Amino acid sequence: MIDTINAFVLFANFVLVPGLAYGAQLALGALGITLLYGVLRFANFAHGDTMAFGTMVVILFTWFFQQNGITIAPLPTALLAIPIGVALTAAVALATDRLVYKHYREIKAVPIRMVMASVGVMFVMNGVVRFIIGPNDQSFADGLRFLITARDFKKATGLNEGLAIKMSQALTVGVAVLLVVALFWFLNRTRTGKSMRAFSDNEDLALLSGISPARVVAVTWIIAAGLATIAGTLYGIDKSFKPFTYFQLLLPMFAAAIVGGVGNPVGAILGGFVIAFSEVTVTYAYKKFLTYLVPTEYAPDGLVQLLSTDYKFAVSFIILVVVLLIRPTGLMKGKVI
Amino acid sequence: MIKVEALNKQFGGVRAVNNAWVDVTEGSITGLIGPNGAGKTTLFNIIAGLFPPTSGKVFLDGEDVTGLPPHKLFGKGLLRTFQIAHEFSSLTVIENLMMVPPDQKGERLLNTWLSRGAVKREEEAIRAKAEEVISFLNLEHLMHERAGNLSGGQKKLLELGRTMMVDAKVVLLDEVGAGVNRTLLAEIGDAIIRLNKERGYTFCMIEHDMDFISRLCDPVIVMAEGTVLALGSASEVRNNEAVIEAYLGRGLKNKTPAQESA
Repeated sequence: MIDTINAFVLFANFVLVPGLAYGAQLALGALGITLLYGVLRFANFAHGDTMAFGTMVVILFTWFFQQNGITIAPLPTALLAIPIGVALTAAVALATDRLVYKHYREIKAVPIRMVMASVGVMFVMNGVVRFIIGPNDQSFADGLRFLITARDFKKATGLNEGLAIKMSQALTVGVAVLLVVALFWFLNRTRTGKSMRAFSDNEDLALLSGISPARVVAVTWIIAAGLATIAGTLYGIDKSFKPFTYFQLLLPMFAAAIVGGVGNPVGAILGGFVIAFSEVTVTYAYKKFLTYLVPTEYAPDGLVQLLSTDYKFAVSFIILVVVLLIRPTGLMKGKVI
Repeated sequence: MIKVEALNKQFGGVRAVNNAWVDVTEGSITGLIGPNGAGKTTLFNIIAGLFPPTSGKVFLDGEDVTGLPPHKLFGKGLLRTFQIAHEFSSLTVIENLMMVPPDQKGERLLNTWLSRGAVKREEEAIRAKAEEVISFLNLEHLMHERAGNLSGGQKKLLELGRTMMVDAKVVLLDEVGAGVNRTLLAEIGDAIIRLNKERGYTFCMIEHDMDFISRLCDPVIVMAEGTVLALGSASEVRNNEAVIEAYLGRGLKNKTPAQESA
């Protein structure tokens, strides 16, 4: 009995909790992609680098605050810098829209041209971020590291295994829940949100209503940039910030958006968790977990790891391919916000 | 009200509209008829600003509005409906109607949080108007239904309702009658007449159903092969030789020179 509990705690510590946090980060990123797709009708490849840019701004201001002794311990200082990061990233997104995408909208370019343009934007953002903050790992997390440490957990419960909950993980899940609630309230209850849904539903009709397309597009960019910045910051606090990692996050985020049904916000959230948990469960080494559960003589010798963590991106790919083959519309029908 | 002069529209090698002219007078219900491919819908799309003409001018109330985008024309009181009814399928009937009035305070992101009182008051006023429109159209029982679930005819009624949400001056109706059952069509016809008589709307409608046209429209404009053939009352155009030819083809004695030489 005690072994089963130990096994479960072990599983929770290495799979459930990290998967939940990672899933929430992916979900926020995928939400941005899905909203942009729903309104502007193109897949924004620059989203990962928008995330990197936003996080970079947050890091720079976090350092500034830290140097001037402005902190909000036990919470990470980065939270203070998020509003500035969101504002600047939104401004950059709007400027990019004006400089690049607006032209293609006006000439009613086919979506693939918008996608290719976004690849260009991606490279530019990529370069800008590396130019300003460098290609290396940056750490900016401060404040309390653990809400519950493994040692405290063991002491309190008398179990062999500890369950650690990092501040960053709790924060990620908490912020994600708040943001998602706010976003759905916004989409379903406010005039701006309904305009976005209406625009996404039927652009021709929206143009013939009192809906200003320029405003809907601007609001969508602001929201997507905000979600990207916050998701990136949470990911950075939880793990670390490295521009290349953020570029790589593009794949799982797209997989999440597509698995959920691109254009569908609920689907994006669902997709985020599906991808995150698949990655974490497939790359987790089950040796210790199984040792608790099976009789000693059957205990495995190997690691019982299905896939090396080096290959974790393959998981997103496989899920993506399988979903596109079996259920091309995604888990929930997409297209419309 | 709407005046179209020497309008041309070329799609690649096809001349969809050829030197067309239209004059829709204020307070009229003008019908626009013609065989398939006559360029009626293209003409409508140009007037509604969906795409610009290759050449020619469109005037609304004497003002040159050629090439203005749809939402600008909407602001000037020109509305249209579509051959296949358009609706925001994931919004409810009342929400669909509430989307129509332009420049709502709630449309600005900051107002959503900063001046919620004003946004709410405005929304209440719009909601009251939407409810009035819904009862005018006898759609009360469908008020909170998703618009995507309505029947084709009900969607057409909803489209008509959209025009009532703002004080439309001119409404372009693209085949309101298409795919609508007789009873509902009569209802739509009644609504159009009432809007015309009681609220002074000007209508310009593309239609194929001649009974419906005769009941509602005066005058009727006939188009064929991109050009305007005739203008007159429904019975006048019905007996116009050029019109009959356009619909039924030329008789044997009126062969074109090309056919003769062949």
